[in-house]
Amino acid sequence: MTTTTGIPAATGALGTARTRVEGRDKVTGAARYAGDIPLPELAHGWLVLSTVARGRVRSVESDAVLAMPGVLAVLHHQNAPRINLDYVGMVGRPDPVIGVFQQDRVPFRGWPVALVVAERPEQAREAAEQLVVHYDQEPHDVTFYAGHPGAYTPEDSPFGRAEETKGDVEAELAASAFVVDAEYTTPEEHHNPMEPHAATAHWDDGRLEVLDSNQGSTWVATELAQIFSLDPGSVRVRSEHVGGGFGSKGVRPTQVAAAMAATVLQRPVRVVMTRRQMFSAIGYRSPTAQRVRLGADASGKLRALDHRSECLTSTVHEFIERSASVGRVLYDAPAHHTSDRVVRLDVPTPTFMRGPGEAPGSFALECALDELAEKSGIDPIELRVRNEPDRGPISGLPFSSRNLVACMEEGSRRFGWADRDPRPGLRREGRWLLGTGMAAASFHSGVGPSTAAVTAEANGTFTVRINAADIGTGARTAIALVAADALGVDPERVRVVMADSDLGPAMFAGGSMGTRSWAWAVSMAVGELRERLALGGDIPPEGITARSDTSEAIGALAQKERHSFGAQFAEVAVDVTSGEVRVRRMLGIFAAGRIVNPLTARNQLVGGMIWGISMALHEEAIRDRASGGHVGPDLAGYHFAANADVPLVEADWVDDPDPDDPVGIKGVGEVGIVGAAAAIANAVWHATGVRHRHLPIRPDRVLSAGTNVPEHRPGA
Amino acid sequence: MREFGYQRVGDVAEAVAVLGDDPEARFLGGGTNLVDLMKTGVERPARLVDVRELPLGQVESTADGGLRIGATVTNSDLAAHPEVRRRYPALTQAVLAGASGQLRNMATVGGNLLQRTRCGYFTDVTVACNKRLPGSGCPAIEGEHHNHAILGASEHCVATHPSDMAVALTAFDAVVCYETADGPGELPLADFYLPVGDTPHLETALPSGALITGVTLPPAPVAARSRYRKVRERASYAFAIGSIAGALDVRAGVVHDVRLAFGAVASRPWRAREAERSLTGGPVSADAFAAAADAELAAAKVLPHNGYKVPLMRNLVVAVLTELAEEAAR
Repeated sequence: MTTTTGIPAATGALGTARTRVEGRDKVTGAARYAGDIPLPELAHGWLVLSTVARGRVRSVESDAVLAMPGVLAVLHHQNAPRINLDYVGMVGRPDPVIGVFQQDRVPFRGWPVALVVAERPEQAREAAEQLVVHYDQEPHDVTFYAGHPGAYTPEDSPFGRAEETKGDVEAELAASAFVVDAEYTTPEEHHNPMEPHAATAHWDDGRLEVLDSNQGSTWVATELAQIFSLDPGSVRVRSEHVGGGFGSKGVRPTQVAAAMAATVLQRPVRVVMTRRQMFSAIGYRSPTAQRVRLGADASGKLRALDHRSECLTSTVHEFIERSASVGRVLYDAPAHHTSDRVVRLDVPTPTFMRGPGEAPGSFALECALDELAEKSGIDPIELRVRNEPDRGPISGLPFSSRNLVACMEEGSRRFGWADRDPRPGLRREGRWLLGTGMAAASFHSGVGPSTAAVTAEANGTFTVRINAADIGTGARTAIALVAADALGVDPERVRVVMADSDLGPAMFAGGSMGTRSWAWAVSMAVGELRERLALGGDIPPEGITARSDTSEAIGALAQKERHSFGAQFAEVAVDVTSGEVRVRRMLGIFAAGRIVNPLTARNQLVGGMIWGISMALHEEAIRDRASGGHVGPDLAGYHFAANADVPLVEADWVDDPDPDDPVGIKGVGEVGIVGAAAAIANAVWHATGVRHRHLPIRPDRVLSAGTNVPEHRPGA
Repeated sequence: MREFGYQRVGDVAEAVAVLGDDPEARFLGGGTNLVDLMKTGVERPARLVDVRELPLGQVESTADGGLRIGATVTNSDLAAHPEVRRRYPALTQAVLAGASGQLRNMATVGGNLLQRTRCGYFTDVTVACNKRLPGSGCPAIEGEHHNHAILGASEHCVATHPSDMAVALTAFDAVVCYETADGPGELPLADFYLPVGDTPHLETALPSGALITGVTLPPAPVAARSRYRKVRERASYAFAIGSIAGALDVRAGVVHDVRLAFGAVASRPWRAREAERSLTGGPVSADAFAAAADAELAAAKVLPHNGYKVPLMRNLVVAVLTELAEEAAR
C-alpha cells in the first residue's frame, strides 16, 4: 500500500499502557544478549583480577597456562598493546580500571592484571584461575569512616559543586527552637544487573565491531575510538538487549579487553564477567558518613540546614557520591550549608548507582526531618509543607514544576496518614511492633543531546532510528509510543531500530535522562517529517526520512530547577526480640513529568521502591580490612530483598508535565529509590521508638537497640 | 574450574566401588553446594560419581514407629511427606525454611548433611582459611564474623554449619546410615560432626569413601508438637543467623520431655542438652525457659560482632517454648 501524506489527528498513544514490544522475545528466550550471540571462530577471554590491594605486579607466569589445552594468549602489562586514556568522554575522564594491562601498579584488590584467551570459556577460566601472578605487596588502607584524616573537599565538576553555603548556620542553630544533630551512615552498595557485563569484539572489514551490554552505544563507541586511537567511524557498538545496568554499564574492562584481544589475535573474542568479578570491576556506590543539623523555629520553619557527607573513591580516579546535594532542592533555610568530601582509599572507584547522591543523601536528610517532626511535635508531612521553597534554595531559580505537596497530599489520603498516631511504640500485633513512616523524594530531570531519524515507509509504516538503549526499562516501547503519538498513528505501525552506534549520536540510558532525551529527538524528527508529508505526494520506495538533532534546542533551554518529586510511605513490622524487620506495605506518589507508558513507568518506580527496601534492610558489601577485598561477594552473601520481603508496593503519580519539554517528560528511573529507605527507617522508629541511623537496619542492630518507649507504653 | 570426569551409578555397591579410595573423587547429589564450590575453586574434584539415581528416594515408616529417609530424597519431597509433617513437623518447617523452591527440588538429604559452611573466607580461595587450607589461619576471627559461631568454636575456626534440616534432625536423635566397601555402618547425628579443635578441615566422622544411604529417625512422641524458627537477614533465601528446633511434651503442668537444637551458632547443629536437662521435670514458665537458655548459653564465647546471638538464642528459646506450651494448653 502506498500512503499519501496527511496524517490523521493524534491517537493519544502517549500515556497508554503497553507491554514491551520485545517482551515475548525475552520471556521465550529468543532475545539474544551480548554473551549469547554466536560468531564463527569465537574465542573466549577470562579476566584475572589482582589478589592484593596495593602493590606492583612483579611477574606473570604465563608459560605454564599457555601450555594448557585451548589457551591462545595471555595478555598482561608486559605484552599488551598500548592504548590511550587521555581523553574526556561523555561522563568525563576515564576511570583507569578500563585501561587494562597498561601498568604494573595495582591500586586495589580486583584490579585486572591479565586476560587469558582460549578456544572455550571453560578452558579460559581454568587457565585464568591457574595463572600465577607474583606481586610486590604494599600496605593498604581500605577502611572508610567518618572523619578519615585523608578526607578532602573535591574540585567542582559538571556533576555538581562540592560545597554550597549561605547564611550563618551556627547563629541560626543557636537561635532555633528545635535542633536536630545526627549522624547517619550508609554502607558500600553494589548494583548487580541480572545480566553480567559481557562484550564480544571482532574486526569486520577494517571496523571494530563490539556486541555489548551497555547503557549507551554512543558512549561506549566514542570512548573505544579514543582508547584504540581509531577514527570514530571505524567503531561500531551494538547493544540490542540489556539485562539491567543501573549505572554500571558504561565502558568497563570487558569491552576494552575484548577489543584488545580481538586485535592481537585477529579473531572474535568474548569477555564475560562473573558475579564475583562484578563486585570489583564495574563500580558501586560509595559508603557514606553523613551529619545533618537542622534548626527550626517554633512553627517548624527551618532556620538552618547543614548537611555534610563524606564518601570514598579510589587512589586512581575521583568519583563523588553527592549525597549532600539533595537538600539544595528539597528545603530552604536562611542558613544553608551542604558539602561532600571524599577520601582516597585502596579500593575500586565507585560510580553512578541508581539515584546517585539522592539515594543515600535522602536517607540522612529525610530521617533528620522526621527527627525534627518528632522534636517539634509537628506532623512530618505538615513540617515539609511548611518548608516548601518557591524557588531553588541555592540557585534562586524557579522550578519548572514542583508538585511535591500534591504527592504528599495524595499519598496521605491513600495511605491513611491522617489516622496515624504520631507516638512511637503503640501498636502491637503478636510479636510484631507496627509503625508507619514517610519521606520526600527528588531527583534532577536532565536531558542530553540526541539525534534521530524517522522514516515514513512506502507500506504505511514508520521506522524510528535512534541510538537509544533499552536496559530493561521499556525504552523501545516508550519510543514507539512517543513516535506514534506525534505521528498520530497506531503504535503497531511504528518500528524502532536502536542500540547501534551507527545510528548516530544519542544520549545514554542513565541519570533518568534517556526517555526524555530520545523522545525530544524523536518528536522533533516527527515534526519535520509531518511538515514534509504535508506537502503531499506519494511516498517513494525508499520512504521519506526526516532527521533531528536536539543539541541546539537543549542548549537554548531556560535555566530552571528541573526535578521529579515524590512522597514515599511505608508500614513496617518489627520484632525486637529477633531483630527482624518486615515491610508490610509501601506507597509512592510521584510527580515525574508526563508518563509515557504507565505500565513500564510503574515498573521502574516500584523497582526503585523495592530497591529502597533492600537499601533500608539488606544491602551491605563487607570489605575485609586485612585482604582489602570483599567477604562473600556473590548473591548469596550480598543480600537484597527476596520476593518474600516485598509486600504490596504501589506507585502512582500526579499530573506533572514539564512545561518546557516538547513531550512533557521528566524521568522516572531514579526517583523511585529516593526517600524509600528513609520512609522505612522512619517507620521502624515509629514502631520501636529507636532511631536506626546506620543502614542496613540489620537484625543484630535492631535486637541490640531494642525499644525506647519511655512515656507511653502500649496499652497505657 | 577443573575439567572433571562424570559417571552416573545405579546401585549403592557400584557407587562405593566406583568412588573407591580416590581422594579426588566426590559423590554428586543435587549439586546445589558442590557445584558452587567447584565454580569458586574450593572443590576441584577429578571425578564426580552421580548418586541421584540410586534407589534411595523413599521415606518409609520403621517397625518401631520411626522413619527411614533415603539419602537421595529431595528436600522438597522430605518436607511434603505426610508422615514427616505429622510426626516431626519441625523437620518439615526446617527444610522449608532453607534455600529456595528450586534448590529444594534438587538438594538431597545426604548432600544437605555434607554441605559446607558459607563462611565468606572459606569460599574465597585467594585468602587464608584453616578449613580449606589447614594451617593457613582464620581471618574471620579478626575480620568479618557477625554470623559466626558462639558455641564449640576454636581459635582455628569459627565457621557455622549452614543446614536447617540437620538442626531438626539433631533434635530428634537422627542416625546417619552409610555404606562402605567393608559394608554398612551407622553414626548418630550427635557424633556425626566432629568437634572443631585444631582440625576444622575434618568435618565428619564418616569413613573415607563412605556413601550416606539414609537417615533414621527413632520414634519420638514429643516431636509431634514441635516447631522450627529461623531468623535471617531477609525473609527468604538466606542462611540463618540463629535458628531453633524445639519440641515440648507437658504432662500435669510439668515438662515431661523436651528437645532443643540450635542452628547457626556452631560448626554443627547444636543440641542444647544443658537446656533440656534444666527443663525436664520442671515447671512450664517463661522464667524456666529463660533459665534453661542461660544454662546452655553459659558456654558461649563471643567475638566482637556476634555477641547478639546470645540474646537472640535466649529469646528464641523462650519464644518457641512459650508457643509450644500455649499450643499444649489449648
